Amino acid sequence: MDTKKIAYGGIFAALAILMGYVEAMIPLPLPTGVKLGLSNVVVLLALYVLGKKEAFGISLLRVFLSALLFKGFLSFWYSCAGALLSFFVMAAAQKSRHLSIYGVSMLGGMAHNIGQMCVAALLLGRSVVFFLAPILMVCGLATGFGIGLVSQYCIAYVKNRRS
Amino acid sequence: MKKGDILVAVVVLLLAGALYGTGLLRPSQAGAVAVIYVDGVEVHRLPLSVDGRWRLETAQGYNEIVVENGTVLVEEADCRDGICVNHAPVSLEKESIVCLPHKMVIEVEGGEEGVDAVVQ
Repeated sequence: MDTKKIAYGGIFAALAILMGYVEAMIPLPLPTGVKLGLSNVVVLLALYVLGKKEAFGISLLRVFLSALLFKGFLSFWYSCAGALLSFFVMAAAQKSRHLSIYGVSMLGGMAHNIGQMCVAALLLGRSVVFFLAPILMVCGLATGFGIGLVSQYCIAYVKNRRS
Repeated sequence: MKKGDILVAVVVLLLAGALYGTGLLRPSQAGAVAVIYVDGVEVHRLPLSVDGRWRLETAQGYNEIVVENGTVLVEEADCRDGICVNHAPVSLEKESIVCLPHKMVIEVEGGEEGVDAVVQ
């Protein structure tokens, strides 16, 4: 692992945490639990520019640190499940030749929502939350598309800079 | 955008539509029931979906229990304080009407949730 990669990893992790903070200030007229997933831009960026291992580390660091800094212990489990599921789905989807960053991002957004929903079902001890599944899936798709768009522009920019 | 991306979007939309349309995941509206206890023992269940009345006779006296518009209330009773009669109709999960002199409790089971389940 070269020094440049370490530096980039640090910057990306800091950015990801910041994104989560910025996002919390943007109100959405949607049911609870639906977020833009801005920090996913950074995770996607890391996945495409740095690599899988680095992206995984950044994703975990973000969840852990932002729970420590802004949120709380309970929200840690929600973010953790969402981020982990989303990461593995995106890492797997990235391998596919048939998917561009849009597809990867949309699948990731959806996986994030579904992971959080499962934790909600576990914590609340009710299966009623699964009623939200279709809504959360469509929301994840929509936000994932937007995040994919942003990421595409960011990746082109970062790749130019790095070389 | 590649073809695969569009395929993902279409499949997800169809799946979500199917899940929503078939109501597979919809919480079962099996219907709320007013359960009546006397001295801690269940004596009767009244489904809130059916309007009607039921007269509870105990050694202490009587309570006239009425179900209407999906709620349950005590219309009349010969207890000495009349608190159960003055109580507003109940219909939400775990809401209850208590008549202490008659050792009677009406509790709603399987009703809609009140406000006690909020997650940020």
